[in-house]
Amino acid sequence: MKRVPAVAWTGVIWLLLLTMPYWMNAVGGYTELATRVLVLGLAAMSLNFLLGFTGVLSFGHAAYFGLGAYGAAMTIKYLVPSTPLAILVGVATGTLAAMVIGAVIARLRGVYFAMVTIAFGQVFYFIAFRWNSVTGGDDGVTGWKRQALDLGLAKIDLLGNDKAFYYFVLACFAIAVTLMWLLLRSPFGRTLLAIRENERRARFLGVPVERHIWLSFVISCCFVSLAGTLYALLSNFTDPRALRWDQSGNFVIMAVLGGMRSFWGPLIGAAIFVVLQDYVSSHTENWMSFIGLFFVLVVLFFPRGVLGILRRRGMA
Amino acid sequence: MSLLVVENATRRFGSLVAVDAVSMSVAPGELRAIIGPNGAGKTTFFNLISGFFPPTSGRILFSGADITRLSAERRVGMGMARTFQITEIFPELTVRENLRIAVEVATGLRRSPWLRRRANAQIRERIEVLLDMGGLTPKADRLVGELPHGDQRTAEIMMALALKPRLLLLDEPTAGMGDQETHDITQLIRRLHRDQQLTIVLIEHDMRVVFHLADRITVLAEGAVLGEGTPNEIARDERVQAAYLGKAA
Repeated sequence: MKRVPAVAWTGVIWLLLLTMPYWMNAVGGYTELATRVLVLGLAAMSLNFLLGFTGVLSFGHAAYFGLGAYGAAMTIKYLVPSTPLAILVGVATGTLAAMVIGAVIARLRGVYFAMVTIAFGQVFYFIAFRWNSVTGGDDGVTGWKRQALDLGLAKIDLLGNDKAFYYFVLACFAIAVTLMWLLLRSPFGRTLLAIRENERRARFLGVPVERHIWLSFVISCCFVSLAGTLYALLSNFTDPRALRWDQSGNFVIMAVLGGMRSFWGPLIGAAIFVVLQDYVSSHTENWMSFIGLFFVLVVLFFPRGVLGILRRRGMA
Repeated sequence: MSLLVVENATRRFGSLVAVDAVSMSVAPGELRAIIGPNGAGKTTFFNLISGFFPPTSGRILFSGADITRLSAERRVGMGMARTFQITEIFPELTVRENLRIAVEVATGLRRSPWLRRRANAQIRERIEVLLDMGGLTPKADRLVGELPHGDQRTAEIMMALALKPRLLLLDEPTAGMGDQETHDITQLIRRLHRDQQLTIVLIEHDMRVVFHLADRITVLAEGAVLGEGTPNEIARDERVQAAYLGKAA
């Protein structure tokens, strides 16, 4: 079979994303489901910046996802009723936390790094869970709604018009994904690949490995907290489950399911995850066991993920 | 003035003294070979010079500056490049990509989020020069992990050269190579030394290679210096013969 060039593949993905709200109903979905795919896809792709392209496994990315969500929710509820400001505050909160925690853990490798990221994640989970007076505890931050987008000339109703909100999320997604793509193609991005491929060689080429892992961690967390803010805005609500360890695990599952060595793989993984969750959970409460089974099969037989299968068939 | 000076470097691992008060000084443009039986502490000594770990005691000077406690990547920045006994490359990237990373880091672009067209053109040019020097041009776009062992070793040396080092450290460059590959790599090292006056310190087991290339030889045994001198002096040294060459003969 003839190999389809990467540009064509990328074009198809953008085309599908641009038209998704218009065919989602026809295939049994709905616009909010499409938005969920985008938001969780962005989270999985952000995680994969670190996992697939730096070779560092974080099992605590929900912490920054959740910090973004809480930052956005609490900004609108307590500070200013502005969607862009909520996003800015959420992203800043998640990124700042990542800068501090990243500095502590950048020396760790492998299982130790993963374990400590879980531990830090759970710290934030328990703060959100226990600090009732501020975070609303188990009930989460409720009683607020995403605000209309005021562009000066026109006001876009993000709340009532779910297609408008989809395209707003798509715009944020496009900016984040383009930035990540450019970074990965830059000299800096190549030093991350170097670290993934052979840390010792990278070091002896003069790359300060710890500093670059820190940078990669912070960039990855910055984009995952952006996804977190959008997640809160999507449901007009956030609760401690957004930053619990099983959410972190879901991001890893999405990335591995889709294919962590490819840029778009995690988006595909997220789409499969979200759709499967939506479809199976309407039939049985044990939807997670189906996703688990599917995940095990993919990992066993197609270690490069779903996109890896397509690649091998020459379709991508 | 010497480019590299090691003063009484000692490295202990628990109760084991792997390197025992070794001193050595290498002049600019010199090709120094370090030989010694297995377990003599040669690679540990290399690790001290290149900053893989610090010495337990002693000092290391590089072009006059004390680098004893400096990190490996800082030493690379000062002009020290090394290869490893077991080839260390980026196996899932092509030869060209391997070299590109090295060239970009050496050009000071490691943290750059973009690449200007002119800088990119210069980088491409430099990559081509390196590919040509190592005879790797026909294999430039193959994954380096798929190449024969000899080509992988050459690629690693080319990556070290991409850093434009003032001192090149080669840990057993001909290890595991056939006769033809050994000959090719020996010629390459010879050209680097003769034509570019590059200062090289190498560890080597193949005595033909050592006596063919080296200006001076340092013999290590059980972590200590057993002798040092020109190849002729070393060949005549009775202690060295007894400890090392005698066994080989």
